[in-house]
Amino acid sequence: MPARVQLDPFDLGTELSGFGTGAGAVVTFTGLVRDEDGRLVALEIEHYPGMTEKALQAFGDKAAERFGLSDWKIIHRHGRLEPGEQIMMVATASRHRAAAFEGAEYLMDWLKSRAPFWKREITPDGPGEWVEAIQSDEDALSRW
Amino acid sequence: MVVDVLYFAWLRERIGQPREKVETEAATVRELVAQLSAMDDWHASALSDLSAVRVAVDQELADLDAPIAGAREIAFFPPMTGG
Repeated sequence: MPARVQLDPFDLGTELSGFGTGAGAVVTFTGLVRDEDGRLVALEIEHYPGMTEKALQAFGDKAAERFGLSDWKIIHRHGRLEPGEQIMMVATASRHRAAAFEGAEYLMDWLKSRAPFWKREITPDGPGEWVEAIQSDEDALSRW
Repeated sequence: MVVDVLYFAWLRERIGQPREKVETEAATVRELVAQLSAMDDWHASALSDLSAVRVAVDQELADLDAPIAGAREIAFFPPMTGG
């Protein structure tokens, strides 16, 4: 499956081995947990098993069709993640670079506000608030 | 009909459980929300501001007026924060 949700870290080299064979361009994006100036102990990421995988697969299929991607991959982690750890990655492959870049941005914009993940900040005082969705992420969808 | 109702993130915490089976005759999500809100204060509080709640019917995003006839699984959760 090109879309995966997992607890464990992933290895970019392994994930990209054989990815996009025959394409002219491969773009990857990796999201990391920010340390928020030392305020953050960890992020806890909850998701909706079943729906998440279906949603990621649907985003990938749509991106492949729209941008003519020859290959794509999405990995998103859940559970407790500490600053500096990987949260997720997307990779896209296409004949020329513009489509691979655009496809990756499209996937990121959809993932941010339409994939059923929720983040909560763990601070030195314990579990904090759930991270609120931000309007700019919602607005980013309108360009597609 | 009986549906599985699922809650995530702060809705799960406020309601105090991740899922429950609900016997309902509701025709739409909105009618189901009214039924759930009448169950107790926890449901009422979690579902009081629907502008902060998103819904999925059988794992597809849906709006409050979506029909739920024949649905098996209805989920309520806050706006998503992936990526």
